[in-house]
Amino acid sequence: MADTATNGHAQSFVGTRTIRPDGVDKVTGRARFGADFNLPGQLIGRVLRSPHPHARIVSIDTSKAEALPGVKAVITRDDFADQPSEFIPAGEMMMNYKDVVRNVMAREKALYEGHAVAAVAATSTAIARRALKLIDVKYEVLPHVIDAVAAMQPGAPLLHDDLFTAGVEPKPDKPSNVAKRIEIKLGDLEAGFKAADLVIEREFKTAPVHQGYIEPHAALASVSEDGTTELWCTTQGHFIVRAHCARLLGLDMGKVRVTATEIGGGFGGKTVVYLEPLAIALSRKAKRPVKMVMSREEVFKASGPTSGATVRVKMGVKKDGKFVAAFAELKYQAGAFQGSPVQPGVFCAFAPYDIENVHVIGYDVVSNRPKVAAYRAPGAPISEYAVESVVDEIAKKLDIDPVDLRLQNAAHEGTKAAYGPKFGPIGLEETLNAIKKTEHWNAPLRKWQGRGVASGFWFNIGGETCASLTVNEDGTVSLVAGTPDIGGLRASLTAVAADELGVPYDKVRPIIGDTGSIGFNFLTGGSRSAFSGSMAIVEAAKQIKSELCARACKLWEAKPEQVEFSGGAVRPLGALAEKVKPMTIADFAKVAGKTGGPIGGVGRINAQGAGPSFGTHMVDLEVDPETGRATILRYTVAQDAGRALHPAYVEGQYQGGAVQGIGWALNEEYIYGEDGKLQNAGFLDYRMPVASDVPMIDTVLVEVANPKHPYGVRGVGETPIVPPLGAIANAMEQATGIRFTELPMSPPRVLKALKEKGLRKA
Amino acid sequence: MAKHHIHAQINGDDVEYLCETEETLLDVLRDTLHLTGSKEGCASGDCGACSVMLDGRLVCSCLVLGCEMHGRTVETIEGMAQGETLHPLQQRFLEHAALQCGICTPGVLVASKALLERNNDPTETEVRYWLAGNLCRCTGYDKIVTAVMDTAAAMRKG
Repeated sequence: MADTATNGHAQSFVGTRTIRPDGVDKVTGRARFGADFNLPGQLIGRVLRSPHPHARIVSIDTSKAEALPGVKAVITRDDFADQPSEFIPAGEMMMNYKDVVRNVMAREKALYEGHAVAAVAATSTAIARRALKLIDVKYEVLPHVIDAVAAMQPGAPLLHDDLFTAGVEPKPDKPSNVAKRIEIKLGDLEAGFKAADLVIEREFKTAPVHQGYIEPHAALASVSEDGTTELWCTTQGHFIVRAHCARLLGLDMGKVRVTATEIGGGFGGKTVVYLEPLAIALSRKAKRPVKMVMSREEVFKASGPTSGATVRVKMGVKKDGKFVAAFAELKYQAGAFQGSPVQPGVFCAFAPYDIENVHVIGYDVVSNRPKVAAYRAPGAPISEYAVESVVDEIAKKLDIDPVDLRLQNAAHEGTKAAYGPKFGPIGLEETLNAIKKTEHWNAPLRKWQGRGVASGFWFNIGGETCASLTVNEDGTVSLVAGTPDIGGLRASLTAVAADELGVPYDKVRPIIGDTGSIGFNFLTGGSRSAFSGSMAIVEAAKQIKSELCARACKLWEAKPEQVEFSGGAVRPLGALAEKVKPMTIADFAKVAGKTGGPIGGVGRINAQGAGPSFGTHMVDLEVDPETGRATILRYTVAQDAGRALHPAYVEGQYQGGAVQGIGWALNEEYIYGEDGKLQNAGFLDYRMPVASDVPMIDTVLVEVANPKHPYGVRGVGETPIVPPLGAIANAMEQATGIRFTELPMSPPRVLKALKEKGLRKA
Repeated sequence: MAKHHIHAQINGDDVEYLCETEETLLDVLRDTLHLTGSKEGCASGDCGACSVMLDGRLVCSCLVLGCEMHGRTVETIEGMAQGETLHPLQQRFLEHAALQCGICTPGVLVASKALLERNNDPTETEVRYWLAGNLCRCTGYDKIVTAVMDTAAAMRKG
């Protein structure tokens, strides 16, 4: 029998395009993002930043600033205790508190232009600005180094005199800018190259790019006289912010409550702290709320970006197209402190392929740039761009279709990845076949147009996650999750809760709880929030269902096997069904007080079994030989979602990642002058794609279920930025006959290459 | 210097405020009038997150001064829905999932409404060029453009 609308059994919401529960707030301007929070009596905090890329800080005199009327607090390095060297996981990267305390506030040296040196809190923005000018910092300017390869050379300006390259034997006796060397090996590389009929070796360079979230970092802190601390900030992980701030400022975690505001984009760049500990330190000193918001220039100069890199790839292949040997050497910029995403870059480089002999080496290199932060599949787009370019060249040389060549070598269930694990069921072949089935695949191309294909891989993670479901007195359900929702998470989790409990979607109301209202959650990153969050919701719903069954047994004087939960109600089975009627969740809610009290469940899990997601992108572009500008004409993404909880938001991830990749490939880059200063710290000169730069992005949702997830879900957020760089470079090659080995393929660079090739008059 | 005393009409309401010369309209909207729907993404007119209508013309409110508003009419995202009824653009942005994080959404909606008031049958290219001043880093623009065109089609049908 079909169920009624009130218990909603008939409808399944998972896999449908529901309206997001936070949607109306976001289209009416009501949603409150980081900079939208204010408190009575709040002060405005501002940061003094180093004008030098590398300088010893001899002294900081804040007395004049402190004497300025309206200034309520000034902080410097002296307000932060030093931290011992200790590596801890931060998203998909590692961090070290010794470095974090130095990144949020410079200590011995300023290590990049824009490095925070002091901060003030004042009664107005204007006074805060004036106060910054009154702080007297004496610098001893030091020689700087911006490029990672230059930073690796003997005699290069040294950033840290206690940095000795890890991962080399014997341990170096001199410090250097190379923080770490890592490598992975599989099989016998030399034998592989010996067996190869064709060997191709190329070197590639990529520029550092910023995550480019439209919302600048913002924080509002309020510390009371007894040390109780409240913080509102835009972050991908408010529990992580709490941990960092507690550590850096010596606070009890229990006294710190962090609320994640709505977040205006993060892409990995809001997994770390910048303003948050400063706002708390200022508020602690001033005993008034302190609000801090970065300018766009500060965002560019002092947050993010991801690494620029140099990557050498050498691949050996048999005449029939079989890959037999693969080598790569990666040098990634870490910025001022170690911790580039070179390790995932190393792991991902050849992950899409089933190759017996693999060797990848990576170097993590510091230089006088802002410390890199995670950016969507951190490290992977860079190494996979280089590999996918070489794969394309192999296809051309052997006259094999590039999709067929990938199919021939594609990783599949049972493939041992060079970085360790054996893959379970994965969907790379399915994405390649899906691309071939599109109409796009056979569409004709004209002169100066090219088509490129590339595949990409990202691990995805699970991790510690809590989510709760509470049945309200009227039978509606409150959902609390603890991972900030950046792209529709609440819609996905609400659909899962509604299906699990058999209640209508609009009777479940989700919020992102603060750190005091739900247990620990690792951050939103690693494409984990929908994967892990939905697992926690399933667990929470299980508790409710089991509790309601137990209550029904008491009410009906029945044994557990005589009842079951289905379709939003506990139902009597067998003979019992003739005596009593099913009880819906709303029925139980009415009598909750008489049957055992409030009804709810909390999923507290450490989510395991995140399934990797593979994707294949195909792009058509046209190069204007007069200007060197490449215009994207057509774009198709095929990616394995495992199961799309909310297809529209999964498509959105594919489309957004592809367009970020287009920006990375064609225009975006950090441009430094000889003086070590960033020359394009604004959206006019740091050229992200605008609406008129791109076409519609077609998507194919491939669904190869992840057996480790109750709904088959895989993370989907990061893989979409991996293939575009290679796909676009491959399309450029087809359009121009030129293999571009340096990103971005911006108009001046393309024009220069066309002139050098005689394709355009000089 | 004394603050400027300004009378303006904002979202149909008569509003009176004091502001410093250097305060932008965006500063006034957000900090003085607490209309935080308009967002600051760059403060240099490059991202469009602060888009508002000024006397019927689409502007970046970070590029106009608050003291220039005397006697003028401003419409912001907060004035877009009519009572309980969302504007068709707002409704279709929800239906098409044309937002992810939502920070650019107010500016994109204000700009899209301005477009449809000038041109009720825009081509995809016209939509893309009109919205070229509104940065979105999440969506890749696909669903935004689709939602705007779908709204235009529906509004033409009445």
